Amino acid sequence: MTRPVTHETVTESGDQGGPGVQATAADDKRRVGDSVFRLLATGSGLTILVILALVAAFLVIQGSPALLAPAETLKTQGYGEFAAWVAPFAFGTVWAAILALAMAVPVAIGIALFISHYAPRAIAQPLGYVIDLLAAVPSVVFGLWGTSVLAVATQPLYLWLNTHLSWIPFFGGQASGTGRTILTAAVVLAVMVLPITTSMCREVFLQAPRLHEEAALALGATRWEMIRMAVLPFARPGIVAAVMLGLGRALGETMAVAMVMSGGRNITFQVLTSNNPNTIAATIAQNFPEAFGLKTNQLVAAGLILFLITLVVNMLARWIVARRAEYSGAN
Amino acid sequence: MSAVTLRPLRSDTLTAGRLPRWSVPVAIVGSLLIGYLIADGLQESPNLALVAGLGFVLFLVTMEVATRLVEGRRQASDRRATHLVTAAFVLALVPLGSVLWEAISQGIGRLDATFFSYSMRNVVGAGGGAAHAITGTLWITGLAALISVPIGLMTAIYLAEYGSGNRTAKAITFFVDVMTGIPSIVAGLFAYSLMAMIFGPGSVFGFSGSIALSVLMIPVVVRSCEELLRLVPNELREAAYALGVPKWITIVRIVLPTAISGLVSGIILAIARVIGETAPLMIAAGFTASLNNNLLDNPMMTLPVFVYDSYAHPGSDVTPYLDRAWAGALTLILIVMLLNLIGRLVARRFAPKTGR
Amino acid sequence: MRITPFASSLVALAAAVSLAGCAANEAAPAGSAAATSSGATLTGKGSSAMKAAQEKWVADFQTANSGVTVNYSPEGSGAGRSAFIAGAAQFAGSDRALKDEEMGAGKFAGCAADSSALNLPVYVSPIAIIFNIEGVDSLTLDPATAAGIFAGKITTWNDPAIAKTNPGVTLPDGNITAVHRADDSGTTSNFTDTLNALAPTVWTEAASDAWPAAIGGEAATGTSGVVGAVTNGTNTIGYADASQAAKLGHVTLLVDGKKLTPTADAASKIVDASPLVKGRATNDLALKLDRTSEGAYPAVLVSYVIVCETYQDSATAKLVKDYVGYIASSAGQQSAATAAGSAPLSSAFQAKVKAAVDSIK
Repeated sequence: MTRPVTHETVTESGDQGGPGVQATAADDKRRVGDSVFRLLATGSGLTILVILALVAAFLVIQGSPALLAPAETLKTQGYGEFAAWVAPFAFGTVWAAILALAMAVPVAIGIALFISHYAPRAIAQPLGYVIDLLAAVPSVVFGLWGTSVLAVATQPLYLWLNTHLSWIPFFGGQASGTGRTILTAAVVLAVMVLPITTSMCREVFLQAPRLHEEAALALGATRWEMIRMAVLPFARPGIVAAVMLGLGRALGETMAVAMVMSGGRNITFQVLTSNNPNTIAATIAQNFPEAFGLKTNQLVAAGLILFLITLVVNMLARWIVARRAEYSGAN
Repeated sequence: MSAVTLRPLRSDTLTAGRLPRWSVPVAIVGSLLIGYLIADGLQESPNLALVAGLGFVLFLVTMEVATRLVEGRRQASDRRATHLVTAAFVLALVPLGSVLWEAISQGIGRLDATFFSYSMRNVVGAGGGAAHAITGTLWITGLAALISVPIGLMTAIYLAEYGSGNRTAKAITFFVDVMTGIPSIVAGLFAYSLMAMIFGPGSVFGFSGSIALSVLMIPVVVRSCEELLRLVPNELREAAYALGVPKWITIVRIVLPTAISGLVSGIILAIARVIGETAPLMIAAGFTASLNNNLLDNPMMTLPVFVYDSYAHPGSDVTPYLDRAWAGALTLILIVMLLNLIGRLVARRFAPKTGR
Repeated sequence: MRITPFASSLVALAAAVSLAGCAANEAAPAGSAAATSSGATLTGKGSSAMKAAQEKWVADFQTANSGVTVNYSPEGSGAGRSAFIAGAAQFAGSDRALKDEEMGAGKFAGCAADSSALNLPVYVSPIAIIFNIEGVDSLTLDPATAAGIFAGKITTWNDPAIAKTNPGVTLPDGNITAVHRADDSGTTSNFTDTLNALAPTVWTEAASDAWPAAIGGEAATGTSGVVGAVTNGTNTIGYADASQAAKLGHVTLLVDGKKLTPTADAASKIVDASPLVKGRATNDLALKLDRTSEGAYPAVLVSYVIVCETYQDSATAKLVKDYVGYIASSAGQQSAATAAGSAPLSSAFQAKVKAAVDSIK
């Protein structure tokens, strides 16, 4: 796909050696180049829509037998009545993602700012590199780490919170004996979301117009005031995009949640117990290997629900943060 | 923007004293000590996390009060921001350090020549290696990148340069966001059924895995590249247009190089995001103990599947399996590290020289 | 253009590794593709419980027949059965036999048009109740108490019902964390069936792949997840394939005054004592497990290899016959027992499986 572009670039850059006197043939070539390039770009965008439509069609076609089956059939051949079955998982998916983002977003913005505006330049680059590395850790390893290190380390803390602060609804119930709670899973998710969110925020912060920053500083602003006035407003759409990427990962993460959290089917806001609402992605991963016939369809239908959740969450985010379309260049 | 307006400098800000340099370390140590004492009172054996948490809150309060008294309100909020930002960074280093430490300390033992030169064919128990999984991962991820990067980057260019504001672009942006939320296992199922439809049942091979990974990778590439392209100052584009440079050459020779460092790190992140996926590859690319370099025939092993399988289904002596699992995980991290390095070199070569 | 150097370096990296990384243990002809592409390939899919055993069988078989590649993908029994029915796998590994309504001529895409399938039990493994309690090394439970613990009716370790069968053991005053499988599994099905068969008044739920939703407790994914949760937690109890949990304490079951431990011998007895499912073809060996048979450890997982009665081509049939024949042979069973800790089939039952394998066309 990039090949023809490479060729064109070489010839065109040759043309640029002698500016001013351009033959009409070259003009034609330009127009052709422009429209080819535009076509490629538009085509790629439409390809994405086609892929997404295919995925959606797959979900609907494979999921519909379970969605259309009467509740009685689902009770005997599937996992039980669809709405009642999927509701706790839908809740768990959103709840775990909210908990994870509540922890990850402030920290991610903090790290990004630290790397872009606080750390000495000599160490900022390596630091960014190290955080990027975290993105490379496979989810299985996060799962292993979550169960064997994090859950074990946090369990006493959970017990303490449970004994002393159980009047806060979140910390009520009977504390887990293993620490494999939704809170632990959310911490793991937060750690998994961090690199992608941080990296994007960092790049955006680094692109903040230098002149604005210097102007603010010259006016006597402290570093924090400069960041609030010159960097953050400029970076806001980028931060939203970074958060959305993180949210996508948190909603759809499969293996780590399946390994870390003790998931069940009850809807609760308590975060320290063994009975947590499972997430949709983890439920699919856990049950798919043994699923058979209608059960497979029901799991795919759950995938469709997750797809719809993502759709709704995105619409909500868009509605809350009305994106500024024309900020390009920030001037 | 309007939340903080610059006030005229108060006369006392210049004359007021500043906190001595030693105040910060002293405050940290002091707060931690007091935090420890409080935690000691609350718990039988003080929890490290509790001590650190209490200590940090104490430190913030002390510094806030001290700076307010000595340096003034604006300096106090500046210092508070500095401390919070630094704390966020230190906080993130804890799980990062812990995960990397686990992977390195447990994985280094099996990271020997055998691990890279042997597959698991006819190996039971100790020994064996991940040559088949490493090559499989490189083939499948490489192909996924070859599919996703052009499509993703071109889409990002369309969104940032051509379509801004129009309905198609809005729809694409929205659905790309939705696409980031496709659970990885659904992508695997999708690729598996697609291949079953085209090539008949049981079509489990590397290419199918690449398709699954592409579904996950494309939106990440688009999203990170789009934002970065938008951040390229309009003056650059306008200057190019003014010189009579066609739009597409402006994009290729001005816009992309300006954003190259971010683009490369976005693409690397997208690769890192998918290279460790387990569930979709297990379904789409299958499972084998033997080396296979053909993307279009027979199952192809990948590192994440190798790691998961070694962990989840060990033989009766668990140790060699777990050792291989950790070594595989460490290898995966090393591969991404290498990619990152290559990416940065490429970015440096093409990036324009700037003041940054 | 900006991407090309990057992408090409990626491909170069892949090429470099694949050239340098021709697996040293695979007899690859110099300069050509690996051995896998030359010989015949047999594809199996299914139960993850017998993955360790299959790994050993595959290794033995490939060593004896160089050039042949067997891929056993441990995606789960359900996936294995689906793949076998769709013709995507030449044999399936399954933690249960196909049901009557799933059997029948012509229902299997990979088999000859008039062929049904055969269920052959080849992998037997005891399910141990594993525990991790501070200061307790051995634990004896009767089925009713075990069922009470897993049903959440007995919640502390110093409950009189537990103390009764454990004289002289100091049980802590801690809450019981009972760990079950979060994923659907044959292990859960066999375990809940055991509880239901031996303590029907306490455990009223029928056997099922999924842990009953009405009963809570700690959930963990996969055998290794359960073992990990029990190991890392305190005052925990769970159930898992005995061979995968060698480092943890195993509960001794007290059935009708007899102490039963999850050993290979006690487990394989049940296979010989159980009748076959009625109304099947002569060579179909689907078992109806009798968990109350005398002296047999009741919680046993029996996994099947599902094959065609008649394959579409004789080459595949020959390969399947050779492979499954080896699995069911005395050598194959013994080698799985060493590598995977399974219970070898008795020689009488081996003969039955061999007769069935010989009938494959």
